[in-house]
Amino acid sequence: MHRYIPHTEEEIKEMLQEIGVGSIDELFVDVPKTIDGYKIPDGKDEFTVRKIVETLAQKNKAFQPENVFLGAGIYYHYIPTVVKHLAANPNFLTAYTPYQAEVSQGTLQMLFEYQTMMCELTGMEVANSSMYDGASSFAESLLMATRITGKYKMLVAKTINPEYRTVARTYTSPIGIKIEEIGYTELGAVNLDELKAKLDDETAAVAVAYPNFFGVIEDLKTIRSFIRQNVIFIVVAEPVSLALLEAPGTFGADIVVGEGQSLGVTPNLGGPGIGFFTTLEKHVRKMPGRLIGQTKDLDGKTGYVMILQTREQHIRREKATSNICSNQAYIALINAIYLSIMGPQGLKEVAYRSYNNAHYLAKKLEEAGFPRIFTGEFFNEFVVRVSTDYRNRWHEMAKDGILGPIPIDRVYKELGPSALVCATEVNTKESMDRLVEVMRK
Amino acid sequence: MTIFELSKPGRKGYELPTYDVPDSGCNIPEHLLRKKPPMLPEVSEVDVVRHYTNLALKNYSVDRGFYPLGSCTMKYNPKINEDMAILFTQLHPFQPRETIEGAVELMGHLKELLCEITGTDDMTLQPAAGAHGELTGLLIARAYFEDIGELGKRKKVIVPDSAHGTNPASAGMAGFEVIEIKSGPDGCVDLEELKKHLDETVAVIMLTNPNTLGLFEKDILTIAKMAHDVGALLYYDGANLNAIMGRTRPGDMGFDIVHLNLHKTFSTPHGMGGPGSGPIGVKAPLAQYLPVPVVRKSGEKYELDYNLPKSIGMVRTFYGNFLVLVKAYTYILTMGGKGLKHVSDMAVLNANYLRAKLSKTFKIAYDRICMHEFVIDNEEFAKKTGVKTLDIAKRLLDYGLHAPTIYFPLIVHEAMMIEPTETESKQTLDAFVEAMEKIAKEAQENPQLVKGAPYTTPVRRLDDVNATKYPVFRFKR
Repeated sequence: MHRYIPHTEEEIKEMLQEIGVGSIDELFVDVPKTIDGYKIPDGKDEFTVRKIVETLAQKNKAFQPENVFLGAGIYYHYIPTVVKHLAANPNFLTAYTPYQAEVSQGTLQMLFEYQTMMCELTGMEVANSSMYDGASSFAESLLMATRITGKYKMLVAKTINPEYRTVARTYTSPIGIKIEEIGYTELGAVNLDELKAKLDDETAAVAVAYPNFFGVIEDLKTIRSFIRQNVIFIVVAEPVSLALLEAPGTFGADIVVGEGQSLGVTPNLGGPGIGFFTTLEKHVRKMPGRLIGQTKDLDGKTGYVMILQTREQHIRREKATSNICSNQAYIALINAIYLSIMGPQGLKEVAYRSYNNAHYLAKKLEEAGFPRIFTGEFFNEFVVRVSTDYRNRWHEMAKDGILGPIPIDRVYKELGPSALVCATEVNTKESMDRLVEVMRK
Repeated sequence: MTIFELSKPGRKGYELPTYDVPDSGCNIPEHLLRKKPPMLPEVSEVDVVRHYTNLALKNYSVDRGFYPLGSCTMKYNPKINEDMAILFTQLHPFQPRETIEGAVELMGHLKELLCEITGTDDMTLQPAAGAHGELTGLLIARAYFEDIGELGKRKKVIVPDSAHGTNPASAGMAGFEVIEIKSGPDGCVDLEELKKHLDETVAVIMLTNPNTLGLFEKDILTIAKMAHDVGALLYYDGANLNAIMGRTRPGDMGFDIVHLNLHKTFSTPHGMGGPGSGPIGVKAPLAQYLPVPVVRKSGEKYELDYNLPKSIGMVRTFYGNFLVLVKAYTYILTMGGKGLKHVSDMAVLNANYLRAKLSKTFKIAYDRICMHEFVIDNEEFAKKTGVKTLDIAKRLLDYGLHAPTIYFPLIVHEAMMIEPTETESKQTLDAFVEAMEKIAKEAQENPQLVKGAPYTTPVRRLDDVNATKYPVFRFKR
């Protein structure tokens, strides 16, 4: 007997009798018995389990959010208390994919509202109900560009998160997609001359990040003006920034994707976060992932269902637009609650404080001998020149409780000693001044 | 009502701390500044609390009752798992390696436990879901054949017609041609049929064992030998692992690549569709192609190994859905080796008990001892009564139960696929049988009643035809 498994000895006997077998073993006659149990210790009571996992947790070091200056795709923001309380509702947590719509209206309406919020932030017409993370969402956007255009050449800015580009290569190489990278200028923005030179009739898509990995705000308007209409324009966006920055949809993006962790989700060692995926109605049949739509029930009452499922794997099988089935719906719930709490004004304040803190910090760091490497206008991250022994300093700072700007010279070797600084609304003036002092040492 | 309709301009649900950083002024070029704010809700904290609490009331969940979705393993999700995951939420994936010692150790332990459970030699915890694991596994197979110079000739992946839709979809994404083979009259892989398609142009055979009919592929050792004789790899879809724990392991059966669904077998909550976790275990010769980083023991400690020159790369950022890993680890500690065997024993007992009871009223497809799930074939029932599987499913909702998986596997028409899991009691199963019997009676006596169901749910049957024909993707004012 176990507390998760309710069978009494007597019931087991009754059930075996009903089945018409004499023992549990008889139910497994077809199974080759290759082991006699696992070489795994016996189970433990919950208090002992708690102790074991807590002991592991204590071997990690969690940082006070105001002392974190590391972003690079995962961000610390204030998360209002209600977010976790509402999300913890077991009717969200322990439900599955809304296969029976009539008893899943909570899930379906929530996802419909989430889709609406993502459309609003990005300025796009359709959002799906989630992908695994920003990187896989980006990779899937390239696959979708090939489905739309029938072409296999992608021009991808080198200023897109390096891990996203790694994941994109993993996803796209099997079907023969060729990724060509576009370099950057002293602005820290995509090199337009190089982009123009590499654009040709074979090009399926151009992809840039907004703001990009260096924090620089790419000029989407100018970039789009260089790209012919039939080339798919993909923007990897940071959703908090979109409360302050013009929506990519306004500039003619075809697909806007990104990581939604910054919308109310704790860092979680990088997962779970959530990939968001948005596009235009004209492309929707080429889109991956689950879509929720509004409809009516028999009595004319408004309700919600999964729609356009013929794109998906359970119907289209090998011709599906993606193999995705399980997604990150629960994280979409967290995003939706967070955005409901913050509203347009709250999110804009968060975005502006992040922007302003980063600019305050940039000025202070420059005065302390850490000049910015790029001159382009940035959102809440920027790259500074550091000394050759900075990596050691970075580890030292961690001992003092500061999660400092991450060295990036291993992924961008051409930059030399450099670090990516991040600030959000959780950093205080005091914590930023302290960072400058500690970096100067 | 949607949350957008609750909105009033100027109302708010947040408050940020006093701000003391000097304003440096905004230097963003005018044309890149947002002109029109996004239409997000403007509501109070109370509005938000009530909105989401009321939405939750419209959901059925495992915590509310029986959820016998076949192939989904909707078992109870222990509460302690959630508490343990919360201990790790504040870690940044890029923080210095020496500050995440415990997290890396946990991943190392979990990997070793899962390798023992699957009978594999190495593993990645990175894939975020089952289908993501499938793609990862097939990319590993691809890298292997490329490495040994056989990718040019090996273009095919064989899947049985009873396979999950993700199998062929993943194979397509991995650049393979999909060959679907018909199941035999006993519902298992037809060896003659397999022989016809199996040659040196085949890269991988993907199998679920037990298969989606809940039947154990009894010829699995022969199938493995046939695959390996032509140089192909055998892939294990782990959706149905909950049936065989403690008795056999995919690796022992001859599988080379094995995926797991931690959100099924290992009790992590399904969260309305995710996050899941789909680790991939492999036999030693394939370990060099795993995505990076791989967690490896080095002396007494665990290390994150990025130095795999032949790796397929990364399938997502960082270490996967890490919090899901914490929950699965907590579950394995709780159950222990013997407990996991008991899990499968009771899961299979429950399924067979339900099958035996329901076989008195319904036709069971391939009616013999099953594993953790079985399939009802309602084709004759529908012809006789006019009541289809969909109608029975909807009527079950009126009885306060979740419906089984319906119209899958595709090889059984009017299929109803039932997986009770081990966490359900005899009383619960009896109540389900009683409801099914009542519905069968209703179908005879008053078919319209069943065809009009459900009546007691937050909405009645929804028009999904027009929902797709004239799609409304988002709320608009």
